[in-house]
Amino acid sequence: MTVGAPTPTAPAVAAKPAGKVNRLGLEQTAYKGAESTLCAGCGHDAITASIIKSLYEYGIEPYRVAKLSGIGCSSKTTAYFLGQSHGFNSVHGRMAAIAMGVNSANRNLVNIGVSGDGDTASIGLGNFLHMVRRNVPMVYIVENNGCYGLTKGQFSATADKGSVQKGGGVNEMPPIDICAMAVQMGCGYVARSFAGDPKQVVSLLKGAVAYNGTAVIDIVSPCVTFNNHEGSTKSQTYARANEDPLHELGFVPFFEQVTVEYDPGTTKLVTLQDGSKITLKKLERDYDPTNRSQVMDLLHQANKEQLFLTGLLYTGDAGKPLDEQLNLIDEPLATLPASRIRPPPEALAKVMETFK
Amino acid sequence: MSLEVARDGAGNIVPNAAPQAVNDVVISVATSNGTGSQSANLILMRSIFNMGIPTGAKNMFPSNIQGLPTWFTVRANHSGWTARKKHADVVVCMNVESVEDDVANMRPGDTLIINKSLYGKVKRTDLLVHVVPFDELVVPVCPDTRLRKMVVNILYVGVLAHLLNIDLEELKKAIARQFGSKVKAAELNTKAALHGYEWAKANIPAHPKLKLQRMDKTAGKIVIEGNQAAGLGLVFGGLTFLAWYPITPSSSLCENAIDYLEEFRKDPDGKATYAVIQAEDEIASIGAVVGAGWAGARSATATAGPGISLMSEFAGLSYFAEIPAVILDVQRMGPSTGLPTRTCQGDIFKAYHLSHGDCKHPLLLPGSPQECFEFAAESLNLAERLQTLVFVMLDLDLGMNNWMSEPFAPITKAIDRGKVLSSEDLKKLGEFARYKDVDGDGICYRTLPGTDNPLGTYFTRGTGHTEKATYSEKPKDWKGNIDRLARKFDTARTLMPKPVLKTMPGAEVGIIAFGSTDMALEEARVRLRDELGLPTNYLRLRALPIGAETREFIAQHKVIYVVEQNRDAQCASILRLDCPEAATKLQSVLHYDGMPIDAQSIIDGITAAQKAAKERS
Repeated sequence: MTVGAPTPTAPAVAAKPAGKVNRLGLEQTAYKGAESTLCAGCGHDAITASIIKSLYEYGIEPYRVAKLSGIGCSSKTTAYFLGQSHGFNSVHGRMAAIAMGVNSANRNLVNIGVSGDGDTASIGLGNFLHMVRRNVPMVYIVENNGCYGLTKGQFSATADKGSVQKGGGVNEMPPIDICAMAVQMGCGYVARSFAGDPKQVVSLLKGAVAYNGTAVIDIVSPCVTFNNHEGSTKSQTYARANEDPLHELGFVPFFEQVTVEYDPGTTKLVTLQDGSKITLKKLERDYDPTNRSQVMDLLHQANKEQLFLTGLLYTGDAGKPLDEQLNLIDEPLATLPASRIRPPPEALAKVMETFK
Repeated sequence: MSLEVARDGAGNIVPNAAPQAVNDVVISVATSNGTGSQSANLILMRSIFNMGIPTGAKNMFPSNIQGLPTWFTVRANHSGWTARKKHADVVVCMNVESVEDDVANMRPGDTLIINKSLYGKVKRTDLLVHVVPFDELVVPVCPDTRLRKMVVNILYVGVLAHLLNIDLEELKKAIARQFGSKVKAAELNTKAALHGYEWAKANIPAHPKLKLQRMDKTAGKIVIEGNQAAGLGLVFGGLTFLAWYPITPSSSLCENAIDYLEEFRKDPDGKATYAVIQAEDEIASIGAVVGAGWAGARSATATAGPGISLMSEFAGLSYFAEIPAVILDVQRMGPSTGLPTRTCQGDIFKAYHLSHGDCKHPLLLPGSPQECFEFAAESLNLAERLQTLVFVMLDLDLGMNNWMSEPFAPITKAIDRGKVLSSEDLKKLGEFARYKDVDGDGICYRTLPGTDNPLGTYFTRGTGHTEKATYSEKPKDWKGNIDRLARKFDTARTLMPKPVLKTMPGAEVGIIAFGSTDMALEEARVRLRDELGLPTNYLRLRALPIGAETREFIAQHKVIYVVEQNRDAQCASILRLDCPEAATKLQSVLHYDGMPIDAQSIIDGITAAQKAAKERS
């Protein structure tokens, strides 16, 4: 039995497609999951739709995906996409730890993780930073609404200073900037987006899937029930009015031979490990996401002036991903036969001699 | 009770021990932590062991890298009793910090070897004292002043060699073994040991009573620490994922496992068939272990009490979501800094019920290095067979001290991956329900992420779920699921290693014990029978939950002493939960001062309990 061995081209499912299909011959419905049980209009559902779209368009075999999450509204959403993938809704704040184990056990799996701002920046901050530091290959999505939705709206650690709670309380503490943390820890793919900007989210997600290493996407996702009022800096209205994209994003997957003409003066190309390309068309700012010091300055400025800057904040070399650091064999450890994992009796006899 | 020291007609002290105390001696060496005395002490132990005399050693060390007092005891015993003994026959005092206490604790007639500089501290006149000018003796053999602090230790080994008749050839061999490829260090130490020996030969008589002489009881045997054995067991048990966070006394278990993984589990091209992660904390360790177990690795972590506490939440998830995982707990005392370098069996109850809700976990209870090896390997099978968290409960005494053992035989039992369905299996079956009890043993079938068949996909969660793994908060689904988990735990009773039963003719009294207590208990039983006329039957638990054999043993005896190394009778409490009808028959003999248990403490505990029972009736 081979589990999760990549099959890059040939479509595994040869069912007769009724509608539009992707490169594997799969319809978009093959990427859907269970019905959402979140509040109507929740930003998270918009992100779920973007995840479905991006994985469908990129053409990932659902069986190769491991969906991982912690606890919270955001973490529930892994049930709402890719019903034909294994999913693990684990422990609050510990998705990062789970991912280390999953990647080690089966390096061929594509790990899609969904966390929240409380899950990542409060209870799970330590594990999150260490995961980034280890460069665990995964798409790490933070559905960031600045509050704890599932326990009725308490502030989380990403709430902006001065942000007002539904009940009127004002947050006096500075926010933890998940993206700044990720850059600081050496992450090679750091993005921020808005649930209400699916075009950008989809491009960023595809880029994250193509990227080999930890890809962190912090997506502001308004909580329509507890954090959508005036005075909140994570509300639909606020985010929509203040979103300030750094560039216009596009994504060209490795399997598309289409040659697009780019004006090098206005569009920057970033090539990812699998050959896919992200296109970054210049908007107002002259921003280079491959310049690490520039991103830190920018995030500092954004924090100070409470700017909601979106786009690919940083991409660069993050060193070897975890499975390469571990120097793992190509096939999954999970399915190695007994003969590969138990040394022969002579080996034991050799060890015993050393204790005589 | 105070003992008068015995003196001969000329007024000389007659030392302790029976007239022909051949191959029956306990040596205690008091040094300062970080002076390199461990090497000298291991050489001392190894020299005696190599003379064919059964030998065990206990290292009583502080939570400190340099400066605090540390003690090393070597017990050589012709009958093979190598558990701790409370008192040493020969005490070597090298440490100014502890000398007063060390001398005060000696029995009249005991033998004291003391560094000349410390002799002023000795006020007793009832000891056999040999004053040795160690600080002067080291000078000519070790010109390098920086090394003297270390080399001085091997001098007392030389002195002991003369005093107790340790074979010089074996001593030389032991030095060579200890230093391996460091030839210069070996030469220096050999020179120093012989210098100590020659000085002693010229200046002090051989011990009038205690004597070591060659016998043949250690041929082919090994000396090993439980942590080395357990680390090896994981490697030969087919471990593929190890995550850990350093904590005394479990770190060396992981470090040993890593050494053997590197040696034996790499493909010819250097690629690893295993993954090891030193995590940022114990939560991440167990999280990674659970993640890896979910994805199909044979995964484990090792830790101690404080780590177990941090792992509590994931332990419950492993139980409810039915994910294979192994925790090896090398038990130590107390929370926080509470005696991290002392031993106990204080995590039994906590581990058995770790986490929230109704949780129960199988515990393996190795009683020897051999079982540390076997059970570490078997834990991976059980975790996958039962799809749950399995504990292996060592303790500091078993894990970090040196134990004599037969060499381990290769594991013949096949690696068991449990009920895992492949893509092909799913095609044949045509259906799959992750939490359906198809076989009636409470254990369901699982699939691994990456299985190329949509039939096999399912969603894992700690919350309520149906047989098909869909979300449910319905009372019927919740209760049905945890009732099945209880059935699975009953299946575990039949799969765990069976207890070992040892009987004596005419015995009416039963004893239950487990883990590192075994050696001291066997010694205590022989002495209870031979010295006090009390034969006993002994059931050594090797796992929890208990099975039919233990129930039967409890039913067959009117009184059962449960001997364990904790204050709260944790194992007895678990036995009472399983056998409420026998609750009052189970009486506890407890040892929990941080020192490894000894036979005398067990004898004292049982005789006191017997006396109390007599007085009541």
